[in-house]
Amino acid sequence: MKLWYTEKHSKDARFSIKVERQWVSQQSEFQKIDVMESQEFGRFLTLDGLMMLTEKDEFIYHDMIVHVAMATHPQVKRVLVIGGGDGGTVRELARYDCVERIDLVEIDSMVVQVCREFFPQTTCKLEDSRVHIHFEDGLRFVRSKEDEYDLIIVDSTDPFGPGEGLFTREFYGNCYKALKLEGIMVNQHESPYYEKYAESMRRAHSRIVDCFPVCRVYQAHIPTYPSGHWLFGLASKKYDPVLDFDQAAQERWEALGLHTRYYNTELHKGCFALPTYVKELLAERE
Amino acid sequence: MDEQEQQKAPILTALQRYKSMRVVPFDVPGHKQGKGNRELTEFLGERCLAVDVNSMKPLDNLCHPVSVIHEAEQLAADAFGAAHAFFMVNGTTSAVQSMIMSVCKRGEKIIMPRNVHRSAINALIISGAIPVYVNPSTNHKLGIPLGMSLQDVKTAMEEHPDAKAVLVNNPTYYGICSNLQEITRLAHEAGMAVLVDEAHGTHFYFGENLPISAMAAGADLAAVSMHKTGGSLTQSSFLLSNGRVKPGYIRQIINLTQTTSGSYLLLSSLDISRRNLALHGKEIFRKVCEMAQYAREEINRIPGYYAFSTELIDGDAVYDFDTTKLSVHTRDIGLAGIEVYDLLRDDYDIQIEFGDIGNILAIISVGDNDLAIERLVSALSEIRRRYAKDPKGMFDHEYINPVVVMTPQEAFYASKHGVPIAESAGEICSEFVMCYPPGIPILAPGEWITQEILGYIAYAKEKGCFLTGTEDVRIENINVVTKD
Repeated sequence: MKLWYTEKHSKDARFSIKVERQWVSQQSEFQKIDVMESQEFGRFLTLDGLMMLTEKDEFIYHDMIVHVAMATHPQVKRVLVIGGGDGGTVRELARYDCVERIDLVEIDSMVVQVCREFFPQTTCKLEDSRVHIHFEDGLRFVRSKEDEYDLIIVDSTDPFGPGEGLFTREFYGNCYKALKLEGIMVNQHESPYYEKYAESMRRAHSRIVDCFPVCRVYQAHIPTYPSGHWLFGLASKKYDPVLDFDQAAQERWEALGLHTRYYNTELHKGCFALPTYVKELLAERE
Repeated sequence: MDEQEQQKAPILTALQRYKSMRVVPFDVPGHKQGKGNRELTEFLGERCLAVDVNSMKPLDNLCHPVSVIHEAEQLAADAFGAAHAFFMVNGTTSAVQSMIMSVCKRGEKIIMPRNVHRSAINALIISGAIPVYVNPSTNHKLGIPLGMSLQDVKTAMEEHPDAKAVLVNNPTYYGICSNLQEITRLAHEAGMAVLVDEAHGTHFYFGENLPISAMAAGADLAAVSMHKTGGSLTQSSFLLSNGRVKPGYIRQIINLTQTTSGSYLLLSSLDISRRNLALHGKEIFRKVCEMAQYAREEINRIPGYYAFSTELIDGDAVYDFDTTKLSVHTRDIGLAGIEVYDLLRDDYDIQIEFGDIGNILAIISVGDNDLAIERLVSALSEIRRRYAKDPKGMFDHEYINPVVVMTPQEAFYASKHGVPIAESAGEICSEFVMCYPPGIPILAPGEWITQEILGYIAYAKEKGCFLTGTEDVRIENINVVTKD
């Protein structure tokens, strides 16, 4: 018998991984949660049938959603992570001694529960004493916060399910309010290639541009995400991740001595250089 | 209500049977189950077009129901606690009009609050009945019209003992209820029929801890907008009767203006929604009340907004309040309701029911979830942060009591001429002027145009309200009655 996981990347394009066995298939209040085992990508998690992370390539996503902002902002003390129930983002953040508090706001407690059991690789820092987990809607959590965080990371699912509220103008506006004067917001920014994802990307971008004075988009190559070409948004009240990433900033980050498998300071500078068609897509909404 | 019987949906069953018979259609509609209109079929779906069919023996006839529609109407009557229920496909507008025309003929009087929907006054233009307006009380802080006070209704009845009927909003657009039981008792004592506009009250029949419904209060006729909060398709509605008016006569009145090609899409949506509410309504509206209450509490935590509720209850003009309505007073953040309404749509992709001068109204219903509520609350919080300003100089009242000079029918059909709105003070209006929504006339035919009303119209226009009603589509000229 051959068992395959298939995700529809568009109406007419599919992506499949041969599955050795399925560990979990359960329905939470919000979404369907599946965990499968494969040769090629190791164990992987899907929500509502969409790929969230694999053991083999999750380091790329988590490096890029965390370290670019951490290297840009000189002194991040308080961090809010919205979504990210798999713990990977928290794991990378916990490597910084300057971070004093991490609030993780995940709507679905079942995701954290499943990940704790099947993905110790990503959940290993959820027990860190600086980490505070809140099971509630991110939009609701951030609404009451004002001038509290140095960094907000929006580690959400795609905007076609419970994550929809995290791609809205009211959400980005509330994040702006929740950030300190020098704060930065990073969000997973979907993909420019397939039409459905590109539209989400454009909508998110135009809404962020309305809220923040500095808005930059950067890219990474994530093999298991639709088209493999994935974007992140970095919106900031003060620091520009390119212009302010000078020699001193690079040396400051390198002095921390963190080993990262994807991120490095050279890549930091390069990842903001976008293909022309992506720049054009984004410019349409600026 | 017979729960076993309520499991049935006779129109749905008949349509399913019809589909399975694979009948070859040589009747209307000409799209022939969608085959004749590919584009429409692609857009709406084959399953939808396949049941867009004509009246025929196995599917009954809305003009004279004897089989499946009749059975569905009986089930609806049972579910709503009525003696008869009539399926309506021309909107609650036609239910309101049929209700009024069933009890009032030309020259006969009907007592009603002035803040009725345009459909009620339209019924008077058609039938020639004469309105005796009871001016609703107003809440000056919120600037909204309330219900009718019992004493005012009593006075109107004493002054017009020949009136044939009393019409009551249950509730108003804002969720406010008059003392329907007592009004009904007084009216029946005086030999008057009680008609209830329940365009916004479907849920009163199914939820718990909600204001009393017309049929439970003993009213004679009620127009119930199933599509507003009950889940059926737009334009579908019920007319309910307690049996006091002869059902055959009501049917004749309905048939005066209702289509002879009743849509089975609308009819089946009424049938299915009735079954759903009869079986699950209690649970659905419990959840709706919870969501509305949660939203109110969260919104009231944002300084400047006031989401009002049962604290308005005063035992008279606010006898009861419908807690599923999420009405929010916005003037204290320096924005007119209509401005917040526009911002929600343009900046946040959130469409609410309406915004007027001082308030907004969001409808919470069977189709909502917690995540959507969070978006609304967060967007309101953002609008305040980004746009709030000093409320000084804002118009502070929503409702102006009109002076009625002629009956609506006389004024509408009188010889008339157009004048620029700004210069029309002192004239008698011959048509409607209203913001839509909510569609409650600012001016109705036969009313005196005053400077105060013109000031209100100009302000509403400036703030971006969508004005309608006049013959002049640009709402620059208004028809007034020509004096001889």
